[in-house]
Amino acid sequence: MSADEAIAIRARGLTRRFGELVAVDHVDLDVPARQVYGFLGPNGSGKSTTIRMLCGLLTPSAGEIEVLGLRIPAEADALRRRIGYMTQRFSLFEDLTVRENLEFLAAVQGVPKARSRSRIDELVGQYHFAEQRNQLAGTLSGGQKQRLALAGAVIHEPELLFLDEPTSAVDPESRRDFWEKLFDLADTGTTLLVSTHLMDEAERCHRLAILDRGALVADGSPRELTSALQGRTLVVDAIDPRRAQRVIVDLPGVLSVAQVGSSLRVLTTEPVTAAEAATDTRHRIDEALVAAGQQAATTATPANLEDVFVAVTRNPMKPEAHAA
Amino acid sequence: MNGRRLWAIVIKELRQLRRDRITLAMVIGIPVLQLVLFGYAINTNLRGLNAGIADQAHTAGSRALVMDMLATGVVSPVATVNTPQQLMTMLRRGEISVGIVIPADFERRRIDGRPVAQILVDGSDTAVQAAAAQLAQTPVDSALPDTRAPPTSTPRSGRISVVGFYNPQRRSAINIVPGLIGVILTMTMVLFTGIAIVRERERGNMELLIATPLTSAELMVGKVLPYIVIGLLQTTVILALGVWLFAVPIRGSVLDVYLATGLLILANLALGLLISTRAQSQFQAMQMTFFIFLPSILLSGFMFPFAGMPKAAQWIAEVLPLTHFLRLIRGVMLRGAGLWDLWGDVLALVAFIVVMMAAAIMRFRKRLD
Repeated sequence: MSADEAIAIRARGLTRRFGELVAVDHVDLDVPARQVYGFLGPNGSGKSTTIRMLCGLLTPSAGEIEVLGLRIPAEADALRRRIGYMTQRFSLFEDLTVRENLEFLAAVQGVPKARSRSRIDELVGQYHFAEQRNQLAGTLSGGQKQRLALAGAVIHEPELLFLDEPTSAVDPESRRDFWEKLFDLADTGTTLLVSTHLMDEAERCHRLAILDRGALVADGSPRELTSALQGRTLVVDAIDPRRAQRVIVDLPGVLSVAQVGSSLRVLTTEPVTAAEAATDTRHRIDEALVAAGQQAATTATPANLEDVFVAVTRNPMKPEAHAA
Repeated sequence: MNGRRLWAIVIKELRQLRRDRITLAMVIGIPVLQLVLFGYAINTNLRGLNAGIADQAHTAGSRALVMDMLATGVVSPVATVNTPQQLMTMLRRGEISVGIVIPADFERRRIDGRPVAQILVDGSDTAVQAAAAQLAQTPVDSALPDTRAPPTSTPRSGRISVVGFYNPQRRSAINIVPGLIGVILTMTMVLFTGIAIVRERERGNMELLIATPLTSAELMVGKVLPYIVIGLLQTTVILALGVWLFAVPIRGSVLDVYLATGLLILANLALGLLISTRAQSQFQAMQMTFFIFLPSILLSGFMFPFAGMPKAAQWIAEVLPLTHFLRLIRGVMLRGAGLWDLWGDVLALVAFIVVMMAAAIMRFRKRLD
């Protein structure tokens, strides 16, 4: 029982096929309770499909799921009362007002009648809808719609909240506010599972799983994930970064080169023997740049989540994938 | 079935409907438009057909007969010629729709009791043919001064050689209005619920709804309930206009009229829901609605008499709710029957509702796959 308290979602061998396509491929997942857990992955990596299976909206082709101690999809009906789900696309009714949408959801989610009115007032206050309460949801701005969708998803105070790319269409300011709200919810004991393809969002999560083409390729806290790349990230400041990039990109030991302003961010391959290989690669880069007559300075830099993402999703056997 | 959740759906639907101007306009607009169209424009009593006259007899009697025909108002003379051949030419050219030929031996034929005149009709239009038949009913003998009529002679029909058939002073509105209630409800009700579920899917609301504790039955019933009210509202509009504009009688009880209509509304809403669970888009739902609507209008007995249809068509018609409704509503409104007199059709409608609703609820799965 103690394991159930600590782990909100557990999945083993979770698989979903759509005909020939394997959208989710044997994913094992443990999501701790009362945390913000991130799903990081590019579009089509299986994030939404996984979330839908975890909510019981989609039947897995194979694998086992246990959410809040309930077996899914068998006990999906019981689960629905305890979870909130914020869809990727705005799914509230655009031709109802803010208040009407919340009233509808309160009734449908079974918020006790006596509590309903005060709960809606509470949400209208918390999510800053006092002035727009009688405005049609369809006329709200992108950020307001996201806020309303979140308010709707938590109206019944769910223990677990699924958010599918909640802020992909929202400006940075609204996104900050939105994340504040998510941490408020985690603070009050809600478990949150957030999918995203934005690195800065992933960085905010307590823990995250990286999905690539349906497979879970890494998981851990952002710090764990980045520190695993210790010594493998370099910054090359070059006069002509475009040309320097062409010089470096095909060198052995270089996994990827990305231009960031006037410098290049280089990710090296996994060292065979501790830190030496990384320094070897650095020497090779310096020598190649000198040989090509490029003026450049190479420095080591701490890894970020984008590096992690590139490292775990790129197959090092195919360096030409990046040459283009 | 949770009452509060069901009510939440009903309220939501009504609120959305209130803001949906086009659908609201359809609720009242379609009945009014159709009623006026069918009631006035689609009038099977033709008047003022162009007629050519070839009176070869030139007697007082023949002139009187022509005058009597013109007096019906069905034809208006546009040409007077000498020979039937000229009339045929004009018919072929479309200059006239009807030609009236009175042969030179008109008086002799009249006394002999042979056909006294001939009406040439543009048979390419069945309505014209029917109208011309009316002319053939003009009594030949009454056109004569009484003194010249043989004492034994009584006004006889059949003396003009277009065979006359059934010709009441037809008021098509009386037949059409009760049926029109059914046709309009079939069209609008199936369409309203046909798009109801697909619309939620298209707009992305379905993913929200299925992630809630809402059950299929609550969603389906909740979507149907508001439209029952809408349907009864439409019925009232049609009945009121029918009585006011066309003096259509309601010989049976008004309650029976509404009960029968309520059954048809439910049947169509359930059918619409079933369509909605199948259709992938609102456009597809509309196509499917049309697929139902067409046979309903053609086979139900609204346009063509049921008895005249081939057996196979009759079987298909028996499956359509409109067929049973037409029997009910014509029985109640025009013949003053009670619903219990027509229990067979009531039963058929109830069975249809139960089967369709169950199928819709079962087909709608609370899953995305």
